[in-house]
Amino acid sequence: MSEKPAPLFLERRSYRQRRLMDAARLAPLLAAILWAVPLLWPRQGDEAMPTSTSIIYIFGVWLAMVGVSLVLSRRLTEADDDTTTPRDGGGGA
Amino acid sequence: MTATLNLLVAVCLGYVAFLFLVAFAAERAALRGQGGWLRSPLVYTLSLSIYCTAWTFYGAVGYAARSGLEFLTIYLGPTLVMIGWWWGLRKLVRIGRTQRVTSVADLISSRYGKSTLLAVFVTLIAVIGTTPYIALQLQSVTASFASIAQADPNAAPLEDTRQIALSVAVGLALFTILFGTRNLDANERHHGVVMAIAVEAVVKLFALMAVGVFVVWGIGGGPAQTLARIDASQMGQWQVDGMRWGGLTFLSAAAFLTLPRMFQVLVVENEDEQHLRTASWAFPLYLLLISLFVVPIAVVGLEIMPAGSNPDQFVLTVPLAQGQDTLAMLSFLGGFSSATSMVIVAAIALATMVSNHIVMPIWLNLTGGGAVMSGDVRNVVITARRLSIAGVLALGYVYYQMSGGGAALAAIGLVSFAGVAQFLPALLGGILWRGATRAGALAGLSTGFVLWVWCMLLPSFGADVVIPGTVLAEGPWGMGWLRPQALFGIAGLDPTVHAVLWSMLFNTGGFVIASLLTFPSPLERLQGAQFVNVFQHSARPQNWAGGTAQSEDLIVMAQRILGPAQAQALFQDEAQRQGLAGYLPEPTPDFLARLERELSGSVGAATAHAMVGQIMGAATVSVEDLLAVADETAQMMEYSSQLETKSEELARTARQLRAANEKLTQISVQKDAFLSQISHELRTPMTSIRAFSEILRDGGGLGSQAQSKYAGIIHDEAIRLTRLLDDLLDLSVLENGQVNLNIRTGILSAVIDHAVAATGAGHGLLKLHRRRADEEVTLETDLDRLAQVFINLIANAQKYCDAAEPELTIAVQARDGRLLVDFIDNGPGIPRQVQSVVFEKFSRVSDQKAGGAGLGLAICREIMARLDGTIAYLPGQSGAAFRVTLPLSQRMAAQ
Repeated sequence: MSEKPAPLFLERRSYRQRRLMDAARLAPLLAAILWAVPLLWPRQGDEAMPTSTSIIYIFGVWLAMVGVSLVLSRRLTEADDDTTTPRDGGGGA
Repeated sequence: MTATLNLLVAVCLGYVAFLFLVAFAAERAALRGQGGWLRSPLVYTLSLSIYCTAWTFYGAVGYAARSGLEFLTIYLGPTLVMIGWWWGLRKLVRIGRTQRVTSVADLISSRYGKSTLLAVFVTLIAVIGTTPYIALQLQSVTASFASIAQADPNAAPLEDTRQIALSVAVGLALFTILFGTRNLDANERHHGVVMAIAVEAVVKLFALMAVGVFVVWGIGGGPAQTLARIDASQMGQWQVDGMRWGGLTFLSAAAFLTLPRMFQVLVVENEDEQHLRTASWAFPLYLLLISLFVVPIAVVGLEIMPAGSNPDQFVLTVPLAQGQDTLAMLSFLGGFSSATSMVIVAAIALATMVSNHIVMPIWLNLTGGGAVMSGDVRNVVITARRLSIAGVLALGYVYYQMSGGGAALAAIGLVSFAGVAQFLPALLGGILWRGATRAGALAGLSTGFVLWVWCMLLPSFGADVVIPGTVLAEGPWGMGWLRPQALFGIAGLDPTVHAVLWSMLFNTGGFVIASLLTFPSPLERLQGAQFVNVFQHSARPQNWAGGTAQSEDLIVMAQRILGPAQAQALFQDEAQRQGLAGYLPEPTPDFLARLERELSGSVGAATAHAMVGQIMGAATVSVEDLLAVADETAQMMEYSSQLETKSEELARTARQLRAANEKLTQISVQKDAFLSQISHELRTPMTSIRAFSEILRDGGGLGSQAQSKYAGIIHDEAIRLTRLLDDLLDLSVLENGQVNLNIRTGILSAVIDHAVAATGAGHGLLKLHRRRADEEVTLETDLDRLAQVFINLIANAQKYCDAAEPELTIAVQARDGRLLVDFIDNGPGIPRQVQSVVFEKFSRVSDQKAGGAGLGLAICREIMARLDGTIAYLPGQSGAAFRVTLPLSQRMAAQ
């Protein structure tokens, strides 16, 4: 009847799921950072980045993010989405 | 084939007819339950593409031609949102499905305690923000007609573009009314509409890519050369303003979530949460593809088209200029698709909001008694929705006509985005923060709205249209810090970034501060918990506690809203669940909450709540109800802790009982054994006494020697009997406390000597070990009784120690004012299981050696108890060991 103490460590499978969720949460941040990189490029003078390079860079990141999202969405399972279970502090959440 | 206007009209009508067919077939399939393919993740993903309107199809190229790569921000924002589906969209969709949300206004109102005021406010902002957007779509269709007409030498120059805009608006209204209001329950989803916009999504993507492929390979000469052309063009270098790049990405991400039409397809029309999984990567891919060829088209258009031509029409005019009439026709259809799909969904979304949150409350107020009054509410809702659709499109048309289709419309996309983005703090705060309150949402929304109107909407019409140029330049009444595009005197910011920055900042600030300062109503708190913790409990809120509602009134109302068949099915199902026959279930809180959610699918949460409330006698959640819930929880917890204590107690008692039972069983076994033993013990001497006495009585010829021998036997047996009976009597006396102690003073060694002598130990087989020095202890006790104990123990050792060379150690020590005398032999000891009963009456350690009746140790125990001492079995020694404990005499202690 007493509450079971939260397990300190998770099974390997659920541990992987948790890390995948972390990755899924961080994915948009990664994309935002990568797309902010062009703001660092010089804008005037001879060193200004040609548009063709910009296009290749931005669309390259885009395609990569589609790939990342594809992999993540395939591997994330709904079973572990219950946020009531405490995050595994000991496991390295 | 030449692109004649007539052909264009024919193709256009044919395409529309095709869409009608698609929508109709999808509806039929869904009705027949064959619509498996309607519910595929692909259709869901494609339906999201209504984000890409004619503003994308035509406008993106124009945008790129004017501002380079900045146009990408409009697609990067939604991509970020879709990639981050796991923490944002997933929750939104789950909430939408569990709460049966019908629109973004319904979600916000529902979250903040089903507030009608908030719903109305959000609806108004949405209408204000979306109407110009609809006008933009009408304009793009007419503009594309005009472009084609220009290229058609046979056609007269298009005089009245308004005619076209009007017919498009009317046609779209008809389509939307036909397929958008077929079923009342918004949560039953518009299969026909969704299917049609999915088809349109394919058409527009295909058209734009076809033009792109033609431009890159047909005109540009391959990818490498096209890239070279891009670098050589006026937008050959990366020259994007950082503020705009970040600001517009944020804005488009926000609008993606809050645009009424996007909310409609993302949340309301969502069939299955799992579809998000596919859309999370497929929709970014769609956006990537649709923006892939924008820059090439823009660059080539700038090169080959005469200076001054409208870059917004390049998608259409470039193929036309190259004589690619079929491609131009396809491109036109793509643009047409973009415009129509957006208008249809936007109209449905807005009409749902307007009818649920404005028309229905007003109608309920006007009819007074509300749902219980006569009249079919179902018809009223559908009519309201149809009128709203017509109204929304009419507004769009009027706006288009008034603005004259001028350049002012070009910027309206971003203005519209910024308008609906004002919902973002209330929306995200509502699903992520339980502390968000209705007052906070109202404060944030109104602040943001006012700033948006002042800084963005009004200036967008241009100087001197709505606000005078002097106000724009110097602020109202000369107050410079209120200049619409330089608030607080901070000039130099890009106007769009300026408006978005200030409105979102003050919106969020107002929302947070007002939320922190105000106290939410109980219903708000319940809804807040439901929304924020949607993944933990998808249970419904406990809305109606102990009502007086009449089930009959409820079914009357439900029939009017849901339709008779559906309402009856619902009531019957609930009655069955409650174990009742017929159609009238008890109006339990659970059922009322369920009914309210069903109704809210048709008329919105606030209205449904109000309607049930009218029948319920305005019973609402009170603080008492909340406290009752909390109280119950506390009681449960206390009860469970009590149970825990009790169960521990029970376990303890059970253990004790088990031990007692074990002892009792053993005692009972001993008693049975004793009875048979005692009978045996009594019977054996009695038998011989009887036999020999008979011989003596009958035998005349017996010699005196034999006579005396037989008499001796009889005498011995009689003594044995007497001893047995003495023992029993002795024990009985001891137990009853009737014994008289003869207290004397003596030396312990003398007592032991006496006992040894009495048993004849030391002379026989048993070897004794004693330390005389330890035994010189003075005692003040009943020495005879103590000797009796010692005799018993020594005799036991004699009887039971079966070692080859039996030994008995008598060890004496004084400890803590008590004298300990241990009798330890080197035999097998007493088995553990009988150690506990060895002192009980009639207990016999071994059955093999019939010596006594098993009373010796029991007598010892009783004697020692009388002498204020104890006798105990001492386990863990070399053999059987008994410890006799005696109090030391006072005198002895003094020595």
